[in-house]
Amino acid sequence: MDRQEILKIVLEAVSEVGEDEDKDILQNPDESTRLYGGANGNLDSMGVVFLVTELEESLSEKLGIDLTLADDRAMSQRNSPFKSVKTITDYIMMLLKEKQENS
Amino acid sequence: MNKVFIITGTRKGLGKQLAEYYLSKGHKVVGCSRGEASINHVDYSHHSMDVSDEEAVIQLVRKTKKLHGRIDVLLNNAGIASMNHITITPGKTARRIFDTNFMGTFLFSREVAKIMMRQKHGRIVNYTTVATPLRLEGEAIYAASKAAIENFTQVAARELGQFGITVNAIGPTPVKTDLIKNVPADKLESLLNRQAIHRYGEFKDVLNVINFFINDESDFVTGQIIYLGGVVG
Ligand SMILES: NC(=O)c1ccc[n+]([C@@H]2O[C@H](COP(=O)([O-])OP(=O)(O)OC[C@H]3O[C@@H](n4cnc5c(N)ncnc54)[C@H](OP(=O)(O)O)[C@@H]3O)[C@@H](O)[C@H]2O)c1
Repeated sequence: MDRQEILKIVLEAVSEVGEDEDKDILQNPDESTRLYGGANGNLDSMGVVFLVTELEESLSEKLGIDLTLADDRAMSQRNSPFKSVKTITDYIMMLLKEKQENS
Repeated sequence: MNKVFIITGTRKGLGKQLAEYYLSKGHKVVGCSRGEASINHVDYSHHSMDVSDEEAVIQLVRKTKKLHGRIDVLLNNAGIASMNHITITPGKTARRIFDTNFMGTFLFSREVAKIMMRQKHGRIVNYTTVATPLRLEGEAIYAASKAAIENFTQVAARELGQFGITVNAIGPTPVKTDLIKNVPADKLESLLNRQAIHRYGEFKDVLNVINFFINDESDFVTGQIIYLGGVVG
């Protein structure tokens, strides 16, 4: 799977959540946009929940990929895969690779 | 308006009767059980799967969303029981009971909640048993798995309340289905005697409570556990 394609879906999902939450910075995201955790995180824990549901649905509808983004580290301040647009894109790429290897 | 239901454990017992009832009222039902379908109806689709199989649960929920566009009601009905003294209960049996009863309820709730959250509407009904508040001897594992479901129901109600999703649980007394066919008659008698009203539960009693929980007007009722027969938690 092409990383650019996944990144595009992540950016769309972040911007969708940004609209719902009325946050300008999330409405025009790029790869470095901070999401969850730290002093300059733009999403709270409920925001992460929304982003996860949005992303799972888009991946399934647009690319036919059924993934669960549930992760024990989700709410961790340091290692959350939802820290930024970049980390979440990398995380999805990793899950896809794992899925491919297991099938 | 017709609604879209997911009901687990629809091959036989209460789940089958509930599916048939809601189909007869013009609703759409997606059901599942480990065995093959025993319901044949245009508005019914069946998935042969185990409720503790995470991948299969995800697939069922996503397929339902694709097929019907929404999910209004989830009845986490599939369940198994086993009667035994704790000293002679195999670990494997205990794990199977927790996998089916608790993990099945958790996985379905998790997947369906994601869809209901976006709809800003949904009803989830879980199943417990009077064996839990009565601390019934011989049912330690079954009762504990249902106690886990009760607590899960109450926390889920809090986490999902703001999205218009209610989560409640029904706790039936013994109802004559295969679930209790191996329980000795004297044990059942003494259990009925501990109820405020000493009779077996019937399908209509279960249906009545579920209808109350899923009613549109019940949008302010969540995190509640209703036991039949006057058993008090
Ligand atoms: N009957 C009672 O006295 C009573 C009392 C209190 C609470 N309850 C609760 O009511 C619910 C329904 O019970 P029931 O009396 O209708 O039981 P039942 O007649 O034994 O039916 C159980 C249903 O669940 C399905 N099932 C079992 N394990 C499953 C699994 N791992 N994955 C998918 N489906 C599974 C079965 O189909 P397959 O075999 O094909 O999988 C069947 O359709 C249960 O949660 C039970 O704990 C019943």
